[in-house]
Order: sequence, then structure tokens, then C-alpha cells
Amino acid sequence: MDKEMLLDWYRQMVLIRRFEQRSSELYQQGKIGGFLHLYIGQEAIAVGAIAARQEGDHVITAYRDHGHALAVGSDVRRLMAELMGKATGVSKGKGGSMHLADVERRYWGGYAVVGGHLPLAAGIALAEQYKETDNAVLCFFGDGATNIGYFHESLNLSGVWKLPVLWICENNQYGMGTTIERASAVPRMVDKACAYGMEGKQVDGMNVIDVYEATQEALQKIRSGEGPQFLEMLTYRYEGHSMGDPLRYRTKDEVEKWREDDPIGILERHLLEEGLATKDELEEIDNAVEQLVEEAVTFAEESPLPEPEALFEDIYVEA
Amino acid sequence: MARITMRQAITDALREEMHRDETVFIMGEEIGVWGGTYAVTRGFYDEFGDKRVRDTPISEMAIGGAAAGAAMNGLRPVAEFMTINFALLALDAIVNHAAKLHYMFGAQMKVPVVYRAPGGSGRQLGATHSHTPDVIFAHFPSLKVVSPGTPYDAKGLLKSAIRSDDPVLFIEHATLYQVRDEVPDDEDYTVPIGVSDVKREGSDVTIVTYAQGLQVSLEAAERLSKEGIEVEVVDLRTLRPLDMGPAIESFKKTFKAVVVEEGHRSYGVGAEVVARLQEEAFDFLDAPIKRVAQLEVPLPYSRELEQMALINPDRVIEAVKEIL
Repeated sequence: MDKEMLLDWYRQMVLIRRFEQRSSELYQQGKIGGFLHLYIGQEAIAVGAIAARQEGDHVITAYRDHGHALAVGSDVRRLMAELMGKATGVSKGKGGSMHLADVERRYWGGYAVVGGHLPLAAGIALAEQYKETDNAVLCFFGDGATNIGYFHESLNLSGVWKLPVLWICENNQYGMGTTIERASAVPRMVDKACAYGMEGKQVDGMNVIDVYEATQEALQKIRSGEGPQFLEMLTYRYEGHSMGDPLRYRTKDEVEKWREDDPIGILERHLLEEGLATKDELEEIDNAVEQLVEEAVTFAEESPLPEPEALFEDIYVEA
Repeated sequence: MARITMRQAITDALREEMHRDETVFIMGEEIGVWGGTYAVTRGFYDEFGDKRVRDTPISEMAIGGAAAGAAMNGLRPVAEFMTINFALLALDAIVNHAAKLHYMFGAQMKVPVVYRAPGGSGRQLGATHSHTPDVIFAHFPSLKVVSPGTPYDAKGLLKSAIRSDDPVLFIEHATLYQVRDEVPDDEDYTVPIGVSDVKREGSDVTIVTYAQGLQVSLEAAERLSKEGIEVEVVDLRTLRPLDMGPAIESFKKTFKAVVVEEGHRSYGVGAEVVARLQEEAFDFLDAPIKRVAQLEVPLPYSRELEQMALINPDRVIEAVKEIL
């Protein structure tokens, strides 16, 4: 693995974590409204998978979408501004935390109805197939989404039409507060892929290198004409489902156990043990990220609110 | 000009747009090899091939969402729901996704998709297959909802829908497929979305209607005319965005109105039109505005019972005479 690439992944994961920690504080201060779903613990998946995409590939995900937005390289300041509902936000303050998008970077956004974006992903992929490109769609969703009709209809359609979609299930063990065992007839999400002609593969979603390699391999299969692919990333969210989650459904011991396999910690150990980076170098990255996030917060706080006229703008493309 | 059926008008619009624009394609259940359950796309599979004429599995949620996704990424899909009753399964994909994304993501994306949905009652199909749920879809800002009542409008409006950069639900009344009327054959005409049209002039009572209600109202108008009662018939054509201009103008001339729609009376098109008339032309009100609509029952199978619940020219004539 290339040292620069690994250091960049480290930077991205630290950025996501710091962004999420600051978002949490700002939410508690009442500066961010609505719902806020933190990605802490799952950083390796967005970073590793998106790093494996080629320029024309698309990304789409569910409402826990800050990490993906940062991993595609969206402007940190405009993401923070969106969380605060400011006119300078990526979605002009009309989407909020759950609806960040950056279409210039082929990031189609976060979708807050569980499973609702899966057929959109199939359609985006259909358009690439129609235009005869070799681009694919990376569609991220949670384990909870595998129980909704959208999942089954979309995977089936992708199988029938051999659409260039990589279905990436981020299995963080819970759909809100309900464990997989209580919600899914099969405990392994990957077992649901075979019904739609996909072999599927389980991946350690806490290890960014594993995520990257599995994604690269799956995208390669898609580009060589093997049809849609399915990856199950095993992971864990350290924080609640959203802010205000009473966390009655799991124990502190369980959370601590997962924290031992922290995605940033794993990469940090790897970098140090392999002599690819020094503690000082990593600290320098940490500090730079800290500064970037603080600048974003300042930018967002100082940004104007949307003008009243914005209320009626963009209802239709053609008035 | 040629006299063609509404079915032919819709077929022609689809075929012409597919020839005009490579990014236009059609998808849906049984639209290809079968030729469409209402035969609207018969011959398309052979003419355009399986890339542009895409049979789908029975998956309304996926049809609604995948068509929107393809539209987001640069294509112009025309997705067909076998009937509008099944489009209810795709309500989330249509109103919560296709119709929300342009606004919600700050105009970063557009979703130029057309959803075609044959609808309508009166064919003895029972309660689940006979809905007229047009107003459910028309409730939401940012979706365009069109439902023509003549072959001319059907062709012109469908062309506008396909060329529109906004998501459009295009509702076709199945009992109107056989209606014949004049349609310009050579001319590449369109009918603008969101513009109502006076279909018959008259000075005694204004009838506001659309789709199958238009044909019912025109028949009633013809019979009333023989009794010396002249009604003006305004065809809304588009439920959203709603153009009330011609209806209000007509009402200011007749001072009386009847709203005719096939759907249920409660929370219906009539409720909306009546509210707008009293808001914008209260001083012109000479009589209660009547609503002729479907009775408040799930539609039964038995022909006699079903017909009792539906609108017909007799009920329209009765309503007109009540307020004369």
C-alpha cells in the first residue's frame, strides 16, 4: 500500500470523526436542528470504499451521510453550513444533515427513507449502462434496509438487468434499537444477496485496507461484465442511532469491545508498526484536521440564513 | 387533421419523442413483448429494441425509483404503471423521491421522469382496481399531475411531459382510450402543462372538470342545450400546477358552477376548485357551487351497484338544474 494513500485515508477518517464530534456539540448547543445521525465507528467504510472508485463512479447513501460526503471530498465548510441550515450549505440549507449531496462529485446524497435510494441507485446505474460507459454506482445502506421491499425489488432488478451497482451493506448490528436477530430471518446480510444472483462477501468494515481491497475487487468484477455485486461490511456505530438515543438496547461492555477494533486505531497501528509514519506526522494531521473543522464551524456560523425568497425557489425546474 | 383514438394519440406521442430524442426510453410491466396491457406500446419492442423498451419485473417500488434514478443521471424515462392503482405502491418513490429531490438538494439535480398510469373506474374491476386517486398525487407541490380528456390534449400534453425537466404523473383514463377526435397529423404540436382550456362555451352555468369528467360533462351539455340551457365547460387538463384562470373568468360570467370529477367527493378536485372560486370570486357567487363526484363507497363489482356510485350525464344535468 502506498504511504501517501494510507496517510490520506487516515486524514479522512480523522476528519470524519472530528466533524461528527463537533456536530454533536453544535447539536447540543441548538445550532443544528432536526435529526443528526453520527458516523463515528464506521469511518473506514466510506473512506475505503470511495477510495476504490474511478472518476466516473457514483456514490449514494442513506441518512447517516456525513462520512460519505467528506470522503468524496466535499467542501467541509459547506457541509457544516448545511447542518446549520445556512444559505451557503451544499443543499442551500434545504436538505439538512440527512440530505447532503454534491452532484459535481457524483455524490447523489443522503436519503432518509430507509431503502428509498436503492432503486435510485439502480436507475443511476441503468443510465451508465444505457450510455455504454464503464462507470458503476456505489450504493451504501444499513442492515435495516435489507428488510424493506425496496431492497428486494432493487437487487432483483439489478440482477435481471445486470446493472453496474455495487451494493454495500454497512452492517452496524442495529436497525435503530433493534438487533439483527430480532429483525432479520437470516443473521448474515450477505445471505440475502444470493437470491438475486450475487455471491456477496463479508468484509471487516473496521479495517480500511480490507474495505478498499474488497471494493476494488468488486468494482473490477462489475466492469468486467459480471453484473452487480454485494458486500457486507461488518461494523459498529459508537454513538446512538441519532442524537437523543437512550441506548437501552445495548451494554457499555459491548460498545467498549467494539472500540478496541477502532478503525482509526487499526490504521494508526499499521502505519506506526510498518514504519510508514511517525507519531509526530500523525499528530500533525490531527492538528490540521482540527483547524479545518474549526474553520468550517466559523464559516457556517458566520454564513447568512437563506433569504425568504428561497422558500419558493426550485420547486420546479420550469416554473 | 386525422380522427384518431386517444390510445393512438398517446402511442404517436411516445413514438415521435423516442425518435426525436435518444435519451427517451420506456419501462414498465408488459410494455415490451406483450405490447402493453392497454396496447399503447404495441410494436415498440420490435421497432426500438430491448434497450429502449424495457420490460420490468412486477416491482412498482423499483419502477418508480429506478426511473427517477435514470432521470437524475441524464435520461428521460417514461415509466408505465400497469394501472394507477398499482402506482400507490410507488407513492414513496414518486412523491417522496422523484418530486422532492430538485428542491431538497438545492437544485443540484433534476428528475425529468414521466410516470404514465392508466386509471379510472366503471369497468367492473372491484374496489382495489378502480381508484381515481389523482388528488393524492396532486396534493404535493413539485410533482406535475396531468390528466387529459381528449386525444388532441393527450398527445400534446404527453409530449410536453416528456420534454419537461420536472417529474410528471400522466394519468390516462382507460375508458377514454377509444374516444376519437381530430389530431393534427404532421404538425409537431405540444400542449402546455398547467393551462386549462374552455372546451365548450355557454352563458348559464360553468362546469369545471377534467379527464373522463370532461366527456360526461360534454354529453350533459349537449342534452341541456336541447332544453335551451347553455353550459360552459372548462377542462383543467392539469391538476398541478392548477390553472384556475379560465374557470374563474367563466364563473364571473355565469355566476354559477358545478364541478365534475370521477374521484370521491371528499377532499377532491371539487373541494379545491370550490374553495378557489369563493376565495377569488366571492362577489360573483349566485348559488351554491355543486359537486358531482363518486359516492363515498369502495367500488363494488356488480355492474348496477358500481354505476350507481359513478358520475354520469344525468347527475350532471340534475346538479345544473338545481342551481339554475
